[in-house]
Amino acid sequence: MESHAAAVDLPGRQPEIALEGVYTKKLGMWIFLLSEVMFFTSLIGAYVILRFANPEHFALPGEVLNVPLTAINTFVLICSSVSMVKAFAALQNGDQKGLQLWLLVTIALGSAFVGVQIYEYVQLAAHEGFVPSADLYAAEGGPLYGSTFYVMTGFHGTHVTLGVLALIFVLIQARKGAYTPENVGGVEIVGLYWHFVDLVWIVLFTIVYLI
Amino acid sequence: MSLDKHTHPPYMTIWAVLAVLMFGKVAVGLSGLPKALAVGMLVVISLLSAALVALYYMHLRFETKLLWVLAFLPFPLVAILILTVIQEW
Repeated sequence: MESHAAAVDLPGRQPEIALEGVYTKKLGMWIFLLSEVMFFTSLIGAYVILRFANPEHFALPGEVLNVPLTAINTFVLICSSVSMVKAFAALQNGDQKGLQLWLLVTIALGSAFVGVQIYEYVQLAAHEGFVPSADLYAAEGGPLYGSTFYVMTGFHGTHVTLGVLALIFVLIQARKGAYTPENVGGVEIVGLYWHFVDLVWIVLFTIVYLI
Repeated sequence: MSLDKHTHPPYMTIWAVLAVLMFGKVAVGLSGLPKALAVGMLVVISLLSAALVALYYMHLRFETKLLWVLAFLPFPLVAILILTVIQEW
């Protein structure tokens, strides 16, 4: 594999090249993301099957959930993805101030997403009585809607929260000057995770809120 | 990644496209179109949005074959998972 590594010239590459010019930590993150694909697919698959097998237990779009609010929240997460790539681009261009600024923007937008999600949960519980154990539509068959909704959105929200914490760590490291155009690893890896979380939400938002 | 620092993808253009697709999805979802048509449109728009994020924000478009293989590896596994679960329906 060393011959592969030597043949590829990557800007910002890491010293430990694992395979075909992909450094070890980045390869590890991609493999982790693959496991995350399977994880979220299991949740989404379970939801789809339960929903289409028991349509009477689920609300129509906009009937219980606040679609406009979540649409704006989705837009916030999309904005956080662009601020993340702007941080990465700033680092590649050697712009340390830009890196820190865009990381801060991403942290703020990610925190806003989590805040709005918590607000949504409180509103749903307080005004709609829609809690994980609620059987709003289930005369029999159990609380399918509440449990699937909160499991899927809750796991995603946990991922966003962990991403925000990781971004805070990266920002602290960036302020110490840990990253350079030749050493982009930490920023690139946390960026991959962050975009993946955004990608998952694009799918989840469609399935849970719009279909 | 094999991405030159002077040739970044048009991040802001992709952001604008993602925003338009997202609000388009909301319009379709709340439009009252026939269910099958609405679901078809929503799936297509979502896949397009997800592909844009993966290709340009995760830079998959500029990556090595190894990462392409890794990125597509889950899909046959996902198909097996779904087919298995559907048997329980």
